Amino acid sequence: MSQPATHYPKAPKSQPSARHTLAVIVDNEPGVLARIAGLFSGRGYNIESLTVSETEHEKHLSRITVVTSGTASVIDQIKAHLDRLVPVHRVVDLTEQGEALERELALVKVVGKGEYRVEAMRLASAFGARTLDASLTSFVFELTGSTEEIERFIKLMTAVGLTEVSRTGIAAMSRGPEAM
Amino acid sequence: MSEMMTGAEMVVRALQDQGVEHLFGYPGGAVLPIYDAIFQQDKVKHVLVRHEQGAVHAAEGYARSGPGKVGCVLVTSGPGATNAVTGLTDALLDSIPLVVITGQVPTHLIGSDAFQECDTVGITRSCTKHNYLVKSIHDLPRVLHEAFYVAANGRPGPVVIDIPKDIQFATGAYSRPRDNQHKTYRPVVKGDIGKIKAAVDLIAGAKKPVFYTGGGVINAGPHAAALLRELARLTGYPVTSTLMGLGAFPADDKQWLGMLGMHGTYEANLAMHDCDVMVAIGARFDDRITGRIDAFSPRSKKIHIDIDPSSINKNVKVDIGIVGDCAHVLEDMVRLWRETGAQVDKTALATWWTQIEGWRGRKSLAYKRSDTVIKPQYAVERLYQLTKDRDPFITTEVGQHQMWAAQHFHFQEPNRWMTSGGLGTMGYGLPAAIGVQMKHPKSLVIDIAGEASILMNMQEMSTAVQYRLPVKIFILNNEYMGMVRQWQELLHGGRYSESYSQSLPDFVKLAEAYGGHGIRCEDPAKLDDAIMEMIDTPKPVIFDCIVAKEENCFPMIPSGKAHNEMILPDFEGDTGQIIDAKGKQLV
Repeated sequence: MSQPATHYPKAPKSQPSARHTLAVIVDNEPGVLARIAGLFSGRGYNIESLTVSETEHEKHLSRITVVTSGTASVIDQIKAHLDRLVPVHRVVDLTEQGEALERELALVKVVGKGEYRVEAMRLASAFGARTLDASLTSFVFELTGSTEEIERFIKLMTAVGLTEVSRTGIAAMSRGPEAM
Repeated sequence: MSEMMTGAEMVVRALQDQGVEHLFGYPGGAVLPIYDAIFQQDKVKHVLVRHEQGAVHAAEGYARSGPGKVGCVLVTSGPGATNAVTGLTDALLDSIPLVVITGQVPTHLIGSDAFQECDTVGITRSCTKHNYLVKSIHDLPRVLHEAFYVAANGRPGPVVIDIPKDIQFATGAYSRPRDNQHKTYRPVVKGDIGKIKAAVDLIAGAKKPVFYTGGGVINAGPHAAALLRELARLTGYPVTSTLMGLGAFPADDKQWLGMLGMHGTYEANLAMHDCDVMVAIGARFDDRITGRIDAFSPRSKKIHIDIDPSSINKNVKVDIGIVGDCAHVLEDMVRLWRETGAQVDKTALATWWTQIEGWRGRKSLAYKRSDTVIKPQYAVERLYQLTKDRDPFITTEVGQHQMWAAQHFHFQEPNRWMTSGGLGTMGYGLPAAIGVQMKHPKSLVIDIAGEASILMNMQEMSTAVQYRLPVKIFILNNEYMGMVRQWQELLHGGRYSESYSQSLPDFVKLAEAYGGHGIRCEDPAKLDDAIMEMIDTPKPVIFDCIVAKEENCFPMIPSGKAHNEMILPDFEGDTGQIIDAKGKQLV
């Protein structure tokens, strides 16, 4: 089939895409999260992870950590669009500032008996996971770590009776003395 | 073996496979491939409107005037989509099933502020039941079929499918409706039998019962209306309905109390206020119905049947909430009523009816007659008398004329009454009438209009002429935005700020300019002949009916008042003093 007639410009050649972690300080007011989520969906960007909580109660400021991926120009656009939102105070690209500290927390429920149970216990202690709840047939573990560690832990737990996972998404901060 | 085709061809094929016969739309750059596919087939007939809002209202009228059909719309990106927003919101509030397809800029340009780009799924998120942005040709067949399923099942509503232009050009494998079941969405249609049983017991034990029915009965199909009539006959209880539900129960039945609510009848509102058992069927306790909520039907046990779980206990706490489709629940109720041999309390019921007849005797729909000017109520009454044997379909715009139509035009069957209830969209009636006439080409379709509302979508007259749709536009022309004027009289000391319809067109010449027929009448003695002329003209007609200018629409429950504090038509006094300061804050 020949190229269809259209008055729109052609798609640009594909460029390498990278994963970025952004820290966004916003006013904690109703609708802020919807504005940010809407910005991403409306412009066709991805959200890989999103964490939100009020961090400065007196000033009613929340910190949003958002992990996204895109080409260098898309990441620039995302930052520019975030910065343009009225309730947004600051946007910092932690990935651009160098290796940022990134941690997430996962709760993992494992159900099993006998050998499986022993193995689950052993793996959990190897990863340094805490046991939050135990019954004769189940455990709930808490693990804090990088995304990769958590992925590895979940993969191993799948083999010994994993039934449920809850993850917080990433909380991140830059290294060194500089505060944002 | 699945067939390979382009996205644009998939759209048209899916419409055909879903049984769509008419599609209302307006072309533009981002939907050209779909228009090209429409050009190359003749199963789906496209109706070219003059404004995208008109397309959506036409599809609403089309969907409402007969059961079991989803209304379909096709518009372009950007302004095409934003112009459709009012129609989408209207359909959401009135629970009308629609599938609206919008073009979008190619996927690689989304987010770049391209020409005629807007964030359609973002903008329409809050005014649709569900919406989709299709970013892969592989998702398109599933999304198309899912959209029809979502629009029509559960509480119906509008669904938007936003299709970027590159997806319309892309080639993929088409799959048919039955291969595309929705993964999760399965609305409950059968009611909980234990609750239905409890409801039947409560209904049987009632001394002052009332059935309060709404648009849900219409949406559940003619079968639901038939079951409602059967249940009413079995019990002998009075029936009232919301604006949305008119026609589900025949208006000439002696158990009919008329419409309830802000402009409802005295007997309907007082029956609601004084009842001991209220049975709400497919109605949602809207603020136009309840009036002051803390004084709403204070002594009654309430049963609420609704397909939408979030409607139950939303505005009014109820004693028995039954989630389910009205038709299914009514069927179970009627069956249980017969099986258990339930008996009503005949003595109590007779007393109740005597009380109701007393309220009926107040004649709340009465008005002062005139030989010199046409009273708007009289105009609707004559229109009803002269057309009732022709099984007419009525649409309306929004305002006083809409309420007079609801009060004085009487409906015997469902799906004959199309009005913008929830959103109150001026400009609804003409495009809706076009949609109705498209579905019922041989029927008499009348848009009862006001001179201000009709101008909001007047351009659709051109559509009516193009498709030879003989819709009748019956304008109650009082040279005011009448309901605004009435509220200014009641709330703002009669200071009629900007509510006078200045510089009105000559509606007769306007009709002729469009290629229709124009009639003007200002003499009550000539009204019947003029209406007959309108009915007998086999093309679009604009009837400019000059009516009394400052007539108020009564009865009325003023803002902030309860059902038993209505203003009746024989009110003599200062209308500016009725509503107190607190009531003036309300709408």
